[in-house]
Amino acid sequence: MPSFYSLLHKEMFRVWKVGFQTLLAPVLTALLYLLIFSHVLSQHIEVYPGVHYTAFLVPGLAMMSVLQNAFANSSSSLIQSKITGNIVFVLLAPIAYWEFFAAYVLASMLRGLVVGVGVYMAALWFVQPPLQFPMWIILFAVLGSAMLSSLGVVAGLWAEKFDQLAGFQNFIIMPLTFLSGIFYSIHSLPPFWQMLSRFNPFFYMIDGFRYGFFGVSDISPWTSLMIVSGCMLGITLLSLRLLKSGYKLRH
Amino acid sequence: MIHPAIEVHQARKHYGAIKALDGVSLRIEQGEFFGLLGPNGAGKTTLINLLAGLALPDGGRLSVLGHDVVKEYRASRRLLGMVPQELVFDPFFTVRETLRLQSGFFGLRHNDAWIDEVMHHLDLTAKANTNMRRLSGGMKRRVLVAQALVHKPPVIVLDEPTAGVDVELRQSLWRFIQQLNRDGHTVLLTTHYLEEAEALCTRIAMLKCGQIVALDSTQNLLANLTGYRVWLKLAGSLPDTLLKQVVKQTEGSHLLTLSSYHALELVLAELRVAGVAIQEMSLQQPDLEEVFLSLVGRTSSGVKHAKLL
Repeated sequence: MPSFYSLLHKEMFRVWKVGFQTLLAPVLTALLYLLIFSHVLSQHIEVYPGVHYTAFLVPGLAMMSVLQNAFANSSSSLIQSKITGNIVFVLLAPIAYWEFFAAYVLASMLRGLVVGVGVYMAALWFVQPPLQFPMWIILFAVLGSAMLSSLGVVAGLWAEKFDQLAGFQNFIIMPLTFLSGIFYSIHSLPPFWQMLSRFNPFFYMIDGFRYGFFGVSDISPWTSLMIVSGCMLGITLLSLRLLKSGYKLRH
Repeated sequence: MIHPAIEVHQARKHYGAIKALDGVSLRIEQGEFFGLLGPNGAGKTTLINLLAGLALPDGGRLSVLGHDVVKEYRASRRLLGMVPQELVFDPFFTVRETLRLQSGFFGLRHNDAWIDEVMHHLDLTAKANTNMRRLSGGMKRRVLVAQALVHKPPVIVLDEPTAGVDVELRQSLWRFIQQLNRDGHTVLLTTHYLEEAEALCTRIAMLKCGQIVALDSTQNLLANLTGYRVWLKLAGSLPDTLLKQVVKQTEGSHLLTLSSYHALELVLAELRVAGVAIQEMSLQQPDLEEVFLSLVGRTSSGVKHAKLL
């Protein structure tokens, strides 16, 4: 286990050393979304009865930041280490594949969650969304960040160049995030897009997360919990399997 | 039971159609200073990567001090310290942070006393708090060596550690590695500098196309494969009895092979009996480059390649 702690420490230390861009920058980005969207749209939309649009937006933006940063952390850390070659120092050490996995995933989850809390705290200046069921909030934040951190490990292992990773981010992560109901309820979508959204695991993460704040959601939080847990488990197993086989790490 | 420091049995590794290692077997005893030589692509780095677990073998077994590198990778990696060939570093950290983290990867905390000692030996103390990015190439190379030594590994593997390194560092590095060897550490070295292998290694294996083509003590390799030579300039003609030893002759001067220094006496005796006076004479020591060339083949490309060594 001490090897695991050291690797976790290294990953967190790395985030901290460039905290300006890994922690502060994403909070600022989320706040800009909040300012612009709430200003432009707040007169027109009331998604849930009695919930102000700006308040509706906060959990979505917080969760989006959690997911994006969790993914960005493990994937970029891995590809940087692979491309610069310093991954060799980890590979030479007596570290088991599951310790490797746990360290990268935990550090990434932590970054995602810290950014998420940061977004929420900063948003409190503008609007105070209710906190109906804090346990659901924590549960979905943890599951979502774990899933995206694992996915980041898979992407970081798979990608051999930075542009491949950027492709993964731009063509998979971004569309799934933006089409998950951060800015709207899927009930406001035409039936076809509504149906399509139900195949998007990100939708369940956001919807379940938001349920914790407002006590209202598009679908039952239990259904979301099952689907998100299933996806998280699947990606975790895939990631562990790749690491165990040494996929693109140990030739 | 005393285990060999490194034992390789029928190791095989291929990349696509290329056989990087084709059934290599090797045994390195504890305390040896062992050299692994061969042209580019011979399989040296592949063999080392298999030992360190950076690549997985397609067949055969490898072990470090009796611990299988695949099945008992935790034990084998703790016993092995490897200096990789590429000049790699983590740009986020300082020298001391790098060494502390590397200690942690091996499960060692509070390792600062040893870290300070290693930094001292490698002249890194002044740079302890400098970010890795700001170091020169030579300094980065020293940090790589220090990283390989943080866990005091009994077996040290160096993959061309002096490629592109200035003379001063080469000398201080070898002093340090020789000191470690005297203290009981086993050293496995790959190098392109033949004189380095000749000066440092007690035994040498030569690899060619994924196979071992020679494996012997440095002395034996030098003596058996090329022998010694004597160059003579004579006042008269060479006695017939010595003709079979001739390698080369030009007008009045002759290059003869000798099986040992002792054979020189016989040559001199023949000349005395024949009454031929010696005008000039010099002895030529064989060097590894010749051994290397004779094994790797004197094709035109081989010679060109050897010149680059």
